[in-house]
Amino acid sequence: MIARLFNWINSRYKIEKLLYFSREKSVPLHRGTMWYYFGGITLFLFGVQVITGLVLLFYYRVGSDASFESVKFIITQVKFGWLLRSMHSWSANLMVLAAIIHMMSVFFHRSYRKPREMTWVTGVTMLFLLMVFGFSGYLLPWNELAFFATKVGTDSARAIPLIGDFLLKLMRGGSDVTGATLSRFFGLHVSVLPPIFTGLLALHLFFVQVQGMSEPLESAGHGRKRTMPFLPDFLLRDLMVWLVTFDILLLLSVFFPWELGVKADPFSPAPAGIKPEWYFLFVFQSLKMLPAHIWGIEGEVLGVMVMGVGAGVLFILPWLDRASSQGLRNRLFDVIGVFGLLYFATFTILGYLID
Amino acid sequence: MEQHSPPPLTRRKFLDHFLTGTGLAALAGVVYPLFRYLTPPPQEEAVVSSVNLGPAKDFPPGSGKIFRLGSKPGILVRGVDGKFRAYYATCTHLDCIVQYDGRADNIWCACHNGRYDLNGRNVSGPPPRPLTALNVNVLPDSEEILITLAEGGKG
Repeated sequence: MIARLFNWINSRYKIEKLLYFSREKSVPLHRGTMWYYFGGITLFLFGVQVITGLVLLFYYRVGSDASFESVKFIITQVKFGWLLRSMHSWSANLMVLAAIIHMMSVFFHRSYRKPREMTWVTGVTMLFLLMVFGFSGYLLPWNELAFFATKVGTDSARAIPLIGDFLLKLMRGGSDVTGATLSRFFGLHVSVLPPIFTGLLALHLFFVQVQGMSEPLESAGHGRKRTMPFLPDFLLRDLMVWLVTFDILLLLSVFFPWELGVKADPFSPAPAGIKPEWYFLFVFQSLKMLPAHIWGIEGEVLGVMVMGVGAGVLFILPWLDRASSQGLRNRLFDVIGVFGLLYFATFTILGYLID
Repeated sequence: MEQHSPPPLTRRKFLDHFLTGTGLAALAGVVYPLFRYLTPPPQEEAVVSSVNLGPAKDFPPGSGKIFRLGSKPGILVRGVDGKFRAYYATCTHLDCIVQYDGRADNIWCACHNGRYDLNGRNVSGPPPRPLTALNVNVLPDSEEILITLAEGGKG
């Protein structure tokens, strides 16, 4: 039966080529093989995001007088609504975490080196899109924390020279965070970002298929390679990892359901202890600790500019680290990577500890 | 009849320029309306230049209240010294809404721990500028608080 179906399709679309390709696909074995799983985990969590996001749309309503109420309805009235909403929030966070780990492993293995520059660029772009996803999704329940986090986050854009004010208005849909902002963020979150992200993801995966998995600098091109067939060996391992990921996600969603909080009120003071999502916390903490003025520039302006430069460096990294393309390891980039990681970790922890 | 003239405009070149030009014009025709569409139109706002907050006795020394002045939040502060002061409640750092901190007897922004003294001056934390002041008037007959825009101040 399956053979007949296969023949029917194959006589029309020649899918046997795909089969040959997937049979030859293999995964290099070395000390760092386990890090390959994190790309897959990110992909799996993206799937969870798409499905939970779609079902949330069935009940979610947008508007400053509807959003909070509809999320409340979802988590209190709709069967399993609390679970799906919690899974959406948790898997968003786990996805950012998995993507960051994936990126760090690519970074330390120098897998971004020639010829995989564009895999890196599409990957970094997706990480930034994930953050925009997170930032826009955070506002959608229209609660107090999200309201002020959005006020602060969008106001930071004002620090960008020349186009800052324009950007601020563009994001907020006016000069203040209002229902207009909510509409924009909603549109961005559910209809602008998903197709862009999906396109980039397809490109990213396409590059990986065409070029195969990267090997670490040290083992590349030396001696006999140890590999594992992708089908079925690695795929089955992938599925196991996905299952574990799904279990963790469910455990977190069930035992630590995401809170809804208090409805946003544009005419009440900011509550003490407002914090953005953890992956923005290091930025938030840095902005908090910068003095009002440094060398005559507003501290916040300087901070935002430094972050902008950092993001730019991340994008063009494959072209900065030329040594790696020649099979050499530039230790400077290890130092930069470790420093970046320590900075991220320290300021994130500080963000939780300091009020 | 020998003379230097620019190379003749062939039919191919003419078509190249023509099509590139029309292509760009068409693109601009698509992009411009989209760009303008995304820029929010200015909202008609009722000009509010004063707000009555009710009897002064409702605000004991050492208290603060957020009120609404048009579309913007304001804050009325009565310090321990008993004096009334009012400002726009928008923190000059990153747009959060400030509050009166009774323990420290000053104005505090919870977002990034910025502090202003009772005169609205930024005294600690990240705020780069003082708060924008508003006028507080206690109406002579009814003893009610009336907030008005400060001289030269605008909404």
